[in-house]
Amino acid sequence: MPITIALMGNPNSGKTTLFNALTGANQHVGNWPGVTVERKEGQTRHGNQVYTVVDLPGTYSLGAFSEDEVVAREFILTGNPDVVINVVDATNIERNLYLTTQLLEMGAKVVVALNMVDEAEARQISVDEKALSRRLGIPVIPTVASKRKGIDELMEAATATIRAPLNGHVRLSYGESIDGKIAELEDLLKNGDLAYPPGWLALKLLEGDEYLRKVVDVSLKLQGSDEFTRFWDEMAVQAEDFQLEIVDSRYKFVGDVTKDVVRRPEVAVQTTTDKVDRVLTHKYWGMPIFAVIMFIVFQLTFAIGQDLLGRWMATGVEYAGGLLESLLVTVNAPQWLIDFAENGVVGGVGAVIEFVPLIVILYMLMGFLEDSGYMARAAYVMDNTMRAVGLQGKTFISMIVGFGCNVPGVMATRTLESKKDRMIAILINPFMSCGAKIPIYLVFIAAFFPSYGGLVLFSVYALGILVAFLMGKIFSKTLFKGETSHFIMELPPYRKPTLGNVLRNMWDNVSGFLTRAGTTIFAVVSLLWVLAVLPVGVEPYGAESILGRIGLLIAPIFEPAGFGNWQAAVGLFSGIAAKEAVVAILGMVYAGVEEGMELVMAIREVFTPLTAISFMVMTLLYTPCAATLGTIKKETGSAKWALFSATYTFAIAWVLAVLVFQVGRLLGFS
Amino acid sequence: MQYLSLVNLHVGDRCKVARIQAGSSATRRLYEMGFNTGAQIQVLKNDRGPIIVGLGGHKIALGRGLAAKMLVGMDQ
Ligand SMILES: Nc1nc2c(ncn2[C@@H]2O[C@H](COP(=O)(O)OP(=O)(O)O)[C@@H](O)[C@H]2O)c(=O)[nH]1
Repeated sequence: MPITIALMGNPNSGKTTLFNALTGANQHVGNWPGVTVERKEGQTRHGNQVYTVVDLPGTYSLGAFSEDEVVAREFILTGNPDVVINVVDATNIERNLYLTTQLLEMGAKVVVALNMVDEAEARQISVDEKALSRRLGIPVIPTVASKRKGIDELMEAATATIRAPLNGHVRLSYGESIDGKIAELEDLLKNGDLAYPPGWLALKLLEGDEYLRKVVDVSLKLQGSDEFTRFWDEMAVQAEDFQLEIVDSRYKFVGDVTKDVVRRPEVAVQTTTDKVDRVLTHKYWGMPIFAVIMFIVFQLTFAIGQDLLGRWMATGVEYAGGLLESLLVTVNAPQWLIDFAENGVVGGVGAVIEFVPLIVILYMLMGFLEDSGYMARAAYVMDNTMRAVGLQGKTFISMIVGFGCNVPGVMATRTLESKKDRMIAILINPFMSCGAKIPIYLVFIAAFFPSYGGLVLFSVYALGILVAFLMGKIFSKTLFKGETSHFIMELPPYRKPTLGNVLRNMWDNVSGFLTRAGTTIFAVVSLLWVLAVLPVGVEPYGAESILGRIGLLIAPIFEPAGFGNWQAAVGLFSGIAAKEAVVAILGMVYAGVEEGMELVMAIREVFTPLTAISFMVMTLLYTPCAATLGTIKKETGSAKWALFSATYTFAIAWVLAVLVFQVGRLLGFS
Repeated sequence: MQYLSLVNLHVGDRCKVARIQAGSSATRRLYEMGFNTGAQIQVLKNDRGPIIVGLGGHKIALGRGLAAKMLVGMDQ
């Protein structure tokens, strides 16, 4: 039997760092069944024993406030972990022990990893861990996860705890009247035959836990229990007071436990964080500074990821393509296979691979900002502006991630607690111009605006944000009415990011991208290639091919926008499959090459500066790629919203592209 | 004792949480994050945007709408 350790802790307690320190490269990421919460699992070794470590979502509590909390507590109760390692931030011990208290209530075997003791020391906060351990009745091991200190001792304590019988469990008192109600309810639940301990269940029900209430309602209804209904009818008015009293009782317990055990200096030590925050969250400077930081992130991304590494990558891909081709020639492969390898595989997948360095750099920089603690400030700084358009600060973080790729952008909306905020954030994310669209703009810039590249690119991004804000406002007034949710956000202290965390975060994202390049995008370009060479005998990528005919069929739609030719239509069509395919396809249909100067020349002949702009507007705003639509379906839990996203973005893109072209023409541009 | 809304306090003011009059789920969340009755907090920033308060040595930003619904008693 493998031994399972569950990791549990508040957000920012260093849980991820500890997980990485324990498991190293032995990790894999999946999803908890039925929900969109990420499930991370890994292996660690101590002595001769291998342990499975399950990283539960970081939460403040174990109620039913969010999916995260439900997932965590279901695992602890029904996933049968052998021990729970509870990461507790030593600099913020009272709040962290609130969660510990709830773990004890559940009757779990708990070991506390008292993390960040280095930081606590720097702030002159002293914790007597021996006394703390005695009062809680569980081991408390000091650790510094970022320096891998205390890990062995922690595993030693965990192993001992697994072997030992459960050390009688702590039963808190919540005051006479609540304790009485719990006992009463417990009696009613005892014959219920539910998977949870009845005492705990009674407590949770009194806390107004909707999730468990449903579970209980369903199973008790079957047995026709009127007493249960009566119990709640009698409770009615008191219910809400009880909920808060229970929280207060836990804090009181924590207060008793930490009394004389935790010592703080009379006057809190003025930290670097305070000084830095005075600048970064300044009422006037906060926003411009944020804008500059983002500007630098994108500059670096392009300078390093695109211009430097991207070029090497392109050369590498070309070289590999050449090798593949000569290999196929030497083995006498049929001509169609050589064509397919050259145009389909190297042209399509290769064009995608060239973006890998760009994405690597972008995610490393974002991970750096995240790990340093700045992202929370960004949300803080943007809250006012976002509120003006009916959204809230945290939404902006998902929008920034969308600049890299809309797939993680949409996933990043998970941190939004209200359904309304989250739905809007998901629906506007595709307007954030993703990295895959950049090459498209670059071709058009090279063809028509070579000396205004930066300005054009900036305007494109700005237009995307503007449309996103506008749609956010409209959605919050129509489809998703209701109050914008409250902003509650912890601003963690600034910390030097750990290289391991930054690399890990990058790899989690990049590996997803690579998988996509190897599967979806490969399938898409293969399909497009087939469409381009059939029926047999036509000129590949010509107007007679199936692809060309599809183009001819849909081209008239784009007539009012000024680019009603079949080639442009084919490009946009393939972009719905994957935005990376657009340039490759445009190249093939216009010039018979994937990219480069010939394509630019060809574009210059077919487009005008005005139609180039309207085409870029269309590209920026229209239907997101299949992968993004798939993610939207998954995250909203319904194909309806994916379909809605696909169509409304198209409509908006079309209207704006037509507007640009028609107004431009009236004004005498061409 | 006279209660004030958190938004009316100034930077540096210390106070104790008395009552939160937000919706029940927001109130609970605040409670669980440590803003329970009697919790000691200090206003660290209150100008534009969310209010930043210090709680147990950590900083938490609260939207103004929410801060308005948090009633506190001033420390003498
Ligand atoms: N000084 C110090 N920093 C730590 C320690 N453990 C983690 N960190 C840092 O704290 C930050 C948050 O850690 P993370 O693991 O992402 O927290 P999580 O939100 O609980 O997963 C990161 O910048 C870590 O590098 C520690 O023991 N001491």
